[in-house]
Amino acid sequence: MLKRQKKDPQAVEPGAPKAAKVPRSPAAPRAYAMVAEFDNEEDLVHAAEAAYEAGFRKMDAFTPYPSEEVLDAMHAHHNRVPLVVLITGLLGTLLGFLLQYYIMVVDYPLNFNGRAPFAWPAFVPAMFETTILGAAFGAVFGMILMNGLPLPYHPIFNTPNFKRASKDGYFFCIEASDPSYEPARVRQFFYDHKARNVSELNW
Amino acid sequence: MAVQSLDPRESSPLAPASPVIEPGHTYGTLNDKISSVVFRSTPTAWFVTTGVAFVGVMLFLYAVTILFVRGVGIWGINIPVGWGFDIINFVWWIGIGHAGTLISAILLLTRQNWRTSINRFAEAMTLFAVVCAGLYPILHLGRPWVFYWLLPYPSTLGAWPQFNSPLLWDVFAVSTYATVSLLFWYTGLIPDLATMRDKSKTWLGKFGYGIFALGWRGSARHWGRYEMAYLLLAGLSTPLVVSVHSVVSLDFAAGVVPGWQVTVFPPYFVAGAIFSGFAMVLTLAIPVRYIYKLQDLITLRHLEMMAKIMLATGMIVSFGYFLEVFFGWYSANVFEVYLTQNRMVGPYAWAYWALWACNALSIQLLWFKRVRTNIPLLFVLAIIVNIGMWLERFVIIVTALHRDFLPSAWGMYYPTVWDWGAYIGTLGVFLFLMMLFLRFLPPIAIAEMQVELKKERLGPGHAHGGHSHGHDGDHNGQAKAGMPEPKASKA
Repeated sequence: MLKRQKKDPQAVEPGAPKAAKVPRSPAAPRAYAMVAEFDNEEDLVHAAEAAYEAGFRKMDAFTPYPSEEVLDAMHAHHNRVPLVVLITGLLGTLLGFLLQYYIMVVDYPLNFNGRAPFAWPAFVPAMFETTILGAAFGAVFGMILMNGLPLPYHPIFNTPNFKRASKDGYFFCIEASDPSYEPARVRQFFYDHKARNVSELNW
Repeated sequence: MAVQSLDPRESSPLAPASPVIEPGHTYGTLNDKISSVVFRSTPTAWFVTTGVAFVGVMLFLYAVTILFVRGVGIWGINIPVGWGFDIINFVWWIGIGHAGTLISAILLLTRQNWRTSINRFAEAMTLFAVVCAGLYPILHLGRPWVFYWLLPYPSTLGAWPQFNSPLLWDVFAVSTYATVSLLFWYTGLIPDLATMRDKSKTWLGKFGYGIFALGWRGSARHWGRYEMAYLLLAGLSTPLVVSVHSVVSLDFAAGVVPGWQVTVFPPYFVAGAIFSGFAMVLTLAIPVRYIYKLQDLITLRHLEMMAKIMLATGMIVSFGYFLEVFFGWYSANVFEVYLTQNRMVGPYAWAYWALWACNALSIQLLWFKRVRTNIPLLFVLAIIVNIGMWLERFVIIVTALHRDFLPSAWGMYYPTVWDWGAYIGTLGVFLFLMMLFLRFLPPIAIAEMQVELKKERLGPGHAHGGHSHGHDGDHNGQAKAGMPEPKASKA
């Protein structure tokens, strides 16, 4: 992916309106998005707000650190991580309980001074731990998978200067799959909103 | 999200005298500075320390090899003291780990933003301390190669572990703790690994960091899920960290040995764990910030805050010592009363009084700001507390076991050279892993520090909710941090 960043001439080439028609032939490149670089977070947020107001929905921003404001501007605050964590956590509780119930009551009951084999209070510590374990797995792997990772190659990496996105660069893209995507219009939109570099990317 | 919407400076009584990040940093310089710890040429101090640590690793391997060949008989443990250095060191190490989780989880939830500079570092410490801790119970098994018998799996032996025993809860607690600590640490690292990938000049660096960065590209939608997952992990780790040392303490408290069956053990152990952990963070952070010139990121304020937490938790621990004496007397039980007397004037009285001196008396100096801001003195105090907390576990375990019910069964505990070898060896293992971490991974969370810088630039009194944004226009530097003008709430 890193090699491609330098070699792909299509990435830097502006214009190319034909790419937007989404040709189906495998030989012709399919447009991914129009990407703009901004000088700072403030400009990026303004552009994202304006893009949302202009009716674009398939868009994404790329920032070196998490930004509340960008998410707000894109109206993208909602995500399903909490739901996944709840489900995997409860699954952990249930499995922890069933494991202990099966061992202590069904398969291997031991008589301790006549005490009942189903002594559930003693199950609580291990159930607690399996709950946390399930929820933590859900949080981390749920987040990674819902983000579509691991994904070593992505066309956005072909954006000129994109290395700065993990340092101090701010990028914003409107994807070609957006119904109101028109390369010329998007490009103009970006330039109207203080974009520094605008480039069109193919898959 | 909730994490970002907090500004501690508005209400916190701990308003900073000095900032979390010294002035003069932009997003770019902050990023370069932290990653330079990895990309700069390796300092001589690193080679020296790693060399010493490597000797420790070799010592550990030697001690453990001999142990595997000849069995636990080479250790000083015997009846009546069947739990010696192995369990002392287990509790000591796992306690040290707790500060990392406290810093990364509880201080995140309680909006102590100064934690950002030290959380990565402290989480790594947690992970390596848990590695060292986890080795001891396994080595103590006598047949460590069948340690997996502890796990509930359908074995051909036809037997299952016994879930009424705190020792099995311990297996679950420690293994969960190790796993969640690793996940938490790794999750925090993902965006920084992407930074390292993008900055790396070598093929190996790009490939290595790239693999572990999973193709992270800083997408805002990804950040949204990431932040939520991170916050939830913090919320999950908070009860977890309290549960782990509570369960460890139940190993003792559920026993019938005088001095162990004490109801105060869980909170007393948790406070002690955090106390010793902060001492270890200070022991490591003070040389590291000096060697890697990170004084502008790990500032005097961080050290002072850690000293304050040490003082607070140290006072809780001291209260626990008082309670142990009180329970001994209040039980009106001849064995409990004798145990308390034996601790004070018996053959291990030196350890008992040394622990009072280290853990209760020495920290009283931390009431003074002059002491808290005196870095060499703070370093010495941190080491004293590390020793004191080790002595605490020694006193709890050895003095309780060596004279229990029948005087005819009394005895003494003498650690052998192999006990010391394994102990000093794990110190080497811990230090060695820490040094590898410092060499290959950014020791401070880059992205989180950038968020911190943003908050610092927005200035105090800035209403930083997720919805409306105040604005004060004091921005300069190449990376302007200003947020949009106040806008209508989108809630």
